[in-house]
Amino acid sequence: MRPFAYERATTAEDAVARHAAGDGGGNGRGGTAYLAGGTNLVDLMRLGVAQPARLVDVRRLPLDRIELDTDGGLVIGAAVTNSDLAADRTVREGHPVLAEAVVAGASGQIRNLATVGGNLLQRTRCPYFQDAAKPCNKRNPGSGCPAREGEHHNLAVIGHSAACVATHPSDMAVALAALGASVRIRNAEGERTVSLDDFYRLPGGEPECDTVLEPGELITAVEVPPLGMPSRYRKVRERASFAFALVSVAAALDVDRGAGGGGAAGGEAGGGTIRDVRLALGGVAHRPWRARRAEDVLRGAPATRESFLRAAEAEMEAAEPLRDNGYKVPLARNLIVRTLTELGEGS
Amino acid sequence: MTVLDRVEGREKVTGTARYAFEYPVDGVAYAAAVQADVARGEVTAVDVLSARELPGVLAVLSCVDAPRLEPVPDGELALFQSARVSYRGQFVAAVAAETLETAREAARLVRVEYAPESADVVLRADHPGLYKPEKVNPAFPTDTEQGDPEGAFAASAVRVDATYRTPAEHNNPMEPHTTVARWNDDGSLTLWDSNQGATPVGETIAKVFGLGADQVHVVSPHVGGGFGSKGTPRPNAVLAAMLARAARRPVKFAVPRQQMFATTGYRTPTIQRIRLGADEDGRLNAIVHDVVEQTSTVREFAEQAATPTRVMYQAPNRRTSHRLVRLDVPTPSWMRAPGETPGMFALETAMDELAVAAGVDPVELRIRNEPDREPESGLPFSSRNLVACLREGADRFGWAGRDPAPGVRRTGRLLTGTGVAASTYPAYLRPSRATARAEPDGTYTVRLAAADIGTGARTALTLIAAEALKADAADVRVEIGASDLPGAPVAGGSGGTASWGTAVVRACEALAGRLNGGAVPPGGVEASADTTEEVKGREDYARHAFGAQFAEVAVDVDTGEVRVARMLGVFAAGRIVNAKTARSQFVGGMTMGLGMALMEESSMDERFGDFVNRDLAQYHVPVCADVRDVQADWIEESDPHLNPMGTKGIGEIGIVGAAAAIANAVHHATGVRVRELPITPARLLPRL
Repeated sequence: MRPFAYERATTAEDAVARHAAGDGGGNGRGGTAYLAGGTNLVDLMRLGVAQPARLVDVRRLPLDRIELDTDGGLVIGAAVTNSDLAADRTVREGHPVLAEAVVAGASGQIRNLATVGGNLLQRTRCPYFQDAAKPCNKRNPGSGCPAREGEHHNLAVIGHSAACVATHPSDMAVALAALGASVRIRNAEGERTVSLDDFYRLPGGEPECDTVLEPGELITAVEVPPLGMPSRYRKVRERASFAFALVSVAAALDVDRGAGGGGAAGGEAGGGTIRDVRLALGGVAHRPWRARRAEDVLRGAPATRESFLRAAEAEMEAAEPLRDNGYKVPLARNLIVRTLTELGEGS
Repeated sequence: MTVLDRVEGREKVTGTARYAFEYPVDGVAYAAAVQADVARGEVTAVDVLSARELPGVLAVLSCVDAPRLEPVPDGELALFQSARVSYRGQFVAAVAAETLETAREAARLVRVEYAPESADVVLRADHPGLYKPEKVNPAFPTDTEQGDPEGAFAASAVRVDATYRTPAEHNNPMEPHTTVARWNDDGSLTLWDSNQGATPVGETIAKVFGLGADQVHVVSPHVGGGFGSKGTPRPNAVLAAMLARAARRPVKFAVPRQQMFATTGYRTPTIQRIRLGADEDGRLNAIVHDVVEQTSTVREFAEQAATPTRVMYQAPNRRTSHRLVRLDVPTPSWMRAPGETPGMFALETAMDELAVAAGVDPVELRIRNEPDREPESGLPFSSRNLVACLREGADRFGWAGRDPAPGVRRTGRLLTGTGVAASTYPAYLRPSRATARAEPDGTYTVRLAAADIGTGARTALTLIAAEALKADAADVRVEIGASDLPGAPVAGGSGGTASWGTAVVRACEALAGRLNGGAVPPGGVEASADTTEEVKGREDYARHAFGAQFAEVAVDVDTGEVRVARMLGVFAAGRIVNAKTARSQFVGGMTMGLGMALMEESSMDERFGDFVNRDLAQYHVPVCADVRDVQADWIEESDPHLNPMGTKGIGEIGIVGAAAAIANAVHHATGVRVRELPITPARLLPRL
């Protein structure tokens, strides 16, 4: 492990100032990195994948509260642990998809350490990214992407580029994407807020940048608007727990049962018209994938399996699976239909 | 039935049981290793300047400047003896430093240059380099043939001809391969080492360094799992000792998990073609089992995957064969029930296919093909209770009345099904020594270099000694896990307790004879035993444990996820010495089989020549949530032809057949026959 300096910040302002006092750069070679739970960064440092020269510890910043907004939305401090977030009654009642997503990730021990801010910023678990002896455009820009023709059965099927086929590993971020959350960011000039959609990038030609965070910027909170409809998180993985998603779905569905359902579906059990829907996918792309095409198909449509299937297929039309991950396309389709059907049936 | 808590259980759960890395050794330094990042070629230069300049670095060694070692048959131990790179990940240099962090940073700074050559790393059934090894592990004939298998198969009324594939799998014990090495003033070497046999490790390492066997002291009282991967000494022991000499300091080295995937062994991938020819009632007329596997260019390891087929079912016409290809890959080795595990996945899946083809219940099919003697050798079985296990298991599992139709039991979005498979494992006995001592305080001390790698061996040996001495187990102390103790064979081949226990019984008998009912004198009384002659003089019998495994699975039709709702294994493995630790061995084996069936797979990247998934986040083994209801039980056997305890091995049979039972249940649930493990959503969903 490369030697590094360690200091602990007392406030968000202090953290940003300490970061600025360093020699810049992200958590790649040299530079300064923020350290919170360390459940991913420390692993990457041991692997020689991240080699910061300096760590600014932000774990004990007073950002560990979950506050209820006046309109029923949430403001979740960046230092709230995953465990505390998942256990929070307000979250469980108002945004169950978020609580379910968090407990679907990692293990109890890791969730006790991992923070909300750190969860958003965890790096891909693409095996080539994690092996410092191999090329990887995300770790070493311009070195190439061996995953494209290599072991990629659990990598991206949508939105990838010639340079990178990595997936974002977070479950929590998938729920936040469906919920239309925003990220509150502190920098030297003050504060800015970025929607989660804009926060994460697709890889394009610069896969080294997972997000739009500038060097030295610090996530202080996540803002989650009120939801007001049933929601759930479904995750498919290769074992029953403690594995990254092959595909996951965060969904919320609001069905108007009084509107007669409309169309061919009128009278079907679980019918009605879809008033609103939120849908995001995990495990399929470089970022949590907000399924806007599917949402557009669904709004105003009858709440039937046929609509769900049409929406899922519309969304997955953009998929470009690689040699060994084509199964993710029907998997994502099935999981969307299944999750929306269950939400529509209230089961 | 005897139920004794693990005698060292308290030390283990309170953290006071010491594992190799935890020994406090004065002045200790830490090691880190550099792995080759080409799959084949020559090291042309090693630049260690910046590594040496790092403060705290004590020694750097590589193939350029490492001291010469004595050659031993296991080429993996010829550490830094050649510039040749035989596989990606091979150790090519190492560093000792004041701290682990410094050692790892220095290792990163070592610059190795290579003249790379094109590497051949992918196993194929039509590989031009396939050859017939002289024998298969440990010393079985490579091929066998009786009658006219091809002709009989062609003429059979019901035929199964299918090819099965199992992937490379890694043992992944919780405790990594670890050594603390210290050179003593008298020129001897002490190794606190994580292994499955202190005696063979000591003997081999002594040879490597040109020492007398009594000049190497291996200390290994507690070992955090091995599954075969610690059955032979590994490069870590040589590396630590070599660096300790170069640094003139004791050196600690634990192989990092990522490095274990190249340097501490794995199960070869297999490609197995099975042909079963039977009459309309399912009675076998021909069995052909042809196996293709890989080995490395460093050392030949020939997994004996077709050997269980020589034991299991009657058929007048039969053939087994093994072909290997030497690839530029890490050397495969023992992994829990090498041979039986992949071989019985293939054979027992094929038997299920035959049951479907013949329209015979799969339990009944196996009973119908029960041989009265070992089919190929013609030897009588010392005992064989496969049929009893099948019947007992079927009864307890609720097999009767099972609808054989596949793909018809649906609850919501789940398809459910049940499957069965048989298990078998040889009952080995190897020579061992032991001493037994009566102390003046009325207690007894038994000593031998046995290994408890988490199996409960120490506890079983305590019971065996207590019984032989007619003493209370509480008055018997068993000292194991050190090469200075009377020599004992490796904990392997499920033969540990049988082999060690025989020596313990003989030593205790000798002690009882010496005491002859009299009082123990102040200095105590000791007796010893060596079972070499006894083992040589055994009568010819076919000695094997058997079992039957039943599984129920639920398959999600939307996602292809397979979850095992319940498993039941019923085994016939001689006398069970200690029910508590034995159950744990059976259940552990079955759980490992569940992993094999559904998730374990080491992925080779053919461009780089290494296994890509190299940690426990990427190489999946079952977690608690996967292991819902795994039950194991046994039929007590009284077999006079085994050893004085009447035991067969229990450490490995639990994994044998488990994957086939699950795969057969997946077929029953879905109608999809998956012949390539593991059965992941990626493999199953497209076929649902």
